[in-house]
Amino acid sequence: MRNIIRQASGWCYFAAYMSSTVKQAVQCTHCGEPCHNGNITLVDKIFCCEGCRMVYEIINDNGLCRYYNLNDRPGITQKDLARRDKFAFLDDGKIAAKLISFKDENQTHITFYLPQMHCSSCLYLLENLHKLHAGVVSAKVNFTRKEADIVFENTKASLRDVAELLTAVGYEPYISLNDLKETRPAMDRTQIVRLGIAGFCFSNIMLMSFPDYLGIDASEEGIRGIFRIANLLLSLPVFFYAALPFYESSWKGIKHKFLNIDIPIALAIIITFIRSVWEVFSGAGGGYFDSMTGIVFFMLAGRVVQDKTYRQLSFDRDYSSYFPVAVSVWKDKKEIPTLLPEIKVNDTMLIHHGELIPADGLIIKGKALIDYSFVTGESLPVPKEIGEMVYAGGKQTEGNIEVMVIKEVNQSYLTSLWNKEDQPHKQKSVSFVHRVSKYFTGIVILIAGLAAAYWAFHDPSRIWTAVTAVFIIACPCALLLSNSFTNGHILNILGRNRFYLRKASVLEDIAHVDHIVFDKTGTLTSAGEQEIGYEGQELTDTQISAVVALASCSNHPLSKALAAHFPVSEKPAVQGFKEYPGKGIEGFVNDHWLWIGAAQEGTQKKIAATTVHIRFENQDTGKFLFSNHYRKSVPELLQTLGKSYRLSVISGDNNAEMQRLRRLTGDKTTLLFHQKPEDKLHYIQSLQQKGEKVMMIGDGLNDAGALKQSDAGIAVSEQSNNFTPASDGIIAAKQLPLLDKFIRLSKMNRKIVLASFALSVLYNVIGLYFAVQADLSPLIAAILMPSSSLSIVLLSFGASNIGARLMRLEW
Amino acid sequence: MAVIVILLLASISVAGLFLAAFLWSVKSGQFEDDFSPPSRILFDNDTQSSTQS
Repeated sequence: MRNIIRQASGWCYFAAYMSSTVKQAVQCTHCGEPCHNGNITLVDKIFCCEGCRMVYEIINDNGLCRYYNLNDRPGITQKDLARRDKFAFLDDGKIAAKLISFKDENQTHITFYLPQMHCSSCLYLLENLHKLHAGVVSAKVNFTRKEADIVFENTKASLRDVAELLTAVGYEPYISLNDLKETRPAMDRTQIVRLGIAGFCFSNIMLMSFPDYLGIDASEEGIRGIFRIANLLLSLPVFFYAALPFYESSWKGIKHKFLNIDIPIALAIIITFIRSVWEVFSGAGGGYFDSMTGIVFFMLAGRVVQDKTYRQLSFDRDYSSYFPVAVSVWKDKKEIPTLLPEIKVNDTMLIHHGELIPADGLIIKGKALIDYSFVTGESLPVPKEIGEMVYAGGKQTEGNIEVMVIKEVNQSYLTSLWNKEDQPHKQKSVSFVHRVSKYFTGIVILIAGLAAAYWAFHDPSRIWTAVTAVFIIACPCALLLSNSFTNGHILNILGRNRFYLRKASVLEDIAHVDHIVFDKTGTLTSAGEQEIGYEGQELTDTQISAVVALASCSNHPLSKALAAHFPVSEKPAVQGFKEYPGKGIEGFVNDHWLWIGAAQEGTQKKIAATTVHIRFENQDTGKFLFSNHYRKSVPELLQTLGKSYRLSVISGDNNAEMQRLRRLTGDKTTLLFHQKPEDKLHYIQSLQQKGEKVMMIGDGLNDAGALKQSDAGIAVSEQSNNFTPASDGIIAAKQLPLLDKFIRLSKMNRKIVLASFALSVLYNVIGLYFAVQADLSPLIAAILMPSSSLSIVLLSFGASNIGARLMRLEW
Repeated sequence: MAVIVILLLASISVAGLFLAAFLWSVKSGQFEDDFSPPSRILFDNDTQSSTQS
């Protein structure tokens, strides 16, 4: 009998067998993970693991139980505990000095990055850190940056103590090579200061313009003069400070001989200001200070909305954010923590279980099983023996090894990928806004010229008023406004759907994409999960528990996956366990001999990465088939995208999955395997040379070059605190199926901008009607300007919300 | 007539105070983290002031 069981049906099939032995999963009091083993309890609370219980005890003993009241099960699972002396390197004065921000005789100030921080409970616990340890003076959290500024007393605690205390309550500080860099970019506050000043001046000028709007008695000329002078004074900060970004950007445009949208805007601001000053001093009128400051205020507001960056996400990570700050080096038979940049060739590094290898080297002690999935995209860890070469970026997953360095950190394979600066930079596309503004400006100049010509024949004294009025009323600020507000709002909607873009211009890049390139491992498939199917004779309960018992004796990733696949609470004892590296394992379970591994025990044939045979008592019973676990709805996503875009799947993995991917993606998709990181980059380049706009979707360091090169590089992130390579955008893995909609929304962006621009042109036509007659009163300008701005804002918000709603996105 | 000028000065200086308050709030970083302060205020009073001089 022969049957294939896919994961979903296979689970039910075995669950039916196992139902008597599997306990109902209860949620852990601390972290909310299901508790497979109900034995870990404290009074009436149940925990998923010892780690969670320990954290609960610490919190409970110190009277901080509000932690559990503020949010339901706010903890972080403690199943993977940090190595005990992981933070031993902090005892080294030289390393510590590089990390701390301030130190005097009594106190030390340190800022830790705590990626696990996610809710108000975290905030509560961390700010009460002084209750957990007498040495801690205070802790202040910056939630958006996920950082905590901690002050502690030197006599009562050390840096290591603080790091270990944080780890003990589940907030392990993330200390990377990047922390050695001296400066952290400070947040830019000038934009919001400019907005505040412009708003202040705008509103007060509005108020003081009322006498002019309403008309004032001739007998009170003096008061009118005072109001006008006050307006002039109030407009100075706006003209000379708040509007600076527009001048700067237009100056850049002029220098690069590129007519950007800020040039006509800066021109309009300057003309308006000069004319208004002239009016005030010549007594001709009150000027247009209100319109000028108002438009600056609205445009600045639009910029703030558009540039609202996601500060908690980092789009510019390079390798140094992934590497540890220090590693243990054997010197004089002692383990000495050493800063990464100080590691020299021929040093012997001690790499602990679960640590990243920071520099290329040769294994000189221990057996390595290295997970390169992040670097190369291979889905299974690679076993390495003594004398073999290991590359920086791999993660040791089995025990400790010693590695002799043969290349310094900044010359390693991985880092050299990053430092390749000679790659041709991608062409920056010009935003359509600038192109539209070019035509717009041309038309405005034409109208101004016609008006000037007309008045030259009829009443030359009116040329100046007519021409300046045309420029005031018809500046393309409406276009800029609609663009920045629409961009900002669409970015917001995408952010709510957990698709975060680095900046607004990425929206346009996405809208132009015609070729989408996917990475396989970690992007289409979910990392660390495998689908297990079975072919062969049906297994009985006892046989399954025997397989699990034997498999759990081994650390091989396939054995581990197999053991974790079946929920078995009691495992029979295993006798005579023996492991043949790369071939399989054997042992006696319930007095029956069992073999898990290659097809014929003892033969030289190594196990293929995807099939594991089992034999009971010299008889082939069946085989387990391992395959990548594709994310849910990946097939649908590829189907829908395939209709409108060219697709490629490019993988660093072997081509075992070729057939299946072909079925999933259809005939037209290009499938490439065994691709090194630079191959991926070259592939993107070759597509671009054909004139295609490429979107790359990847997750690991191996995609970093390709992400950088592509027109829109999107990194996939499993959790919000995951680390993603430098990219133009970050998408939560669960939201990947919505990619099609996100692209459609980005395309809609442009339509909305143009629609609201068309609306504003209507207002402009009304204004121009007065302007060309040299009869534009400040009152009309003051009504037209804010109402056109307001309707643009409303239209762009409303239209993007309706669009998002129609696509059933969060909005 | 002079009354209006005094009123004008008064209104501008009151508005100026608000502007100064706004600039101070920006400088002191209140626009950088919009999650912690509103959550912090809900914690019990037993939370010892954690600001540091």
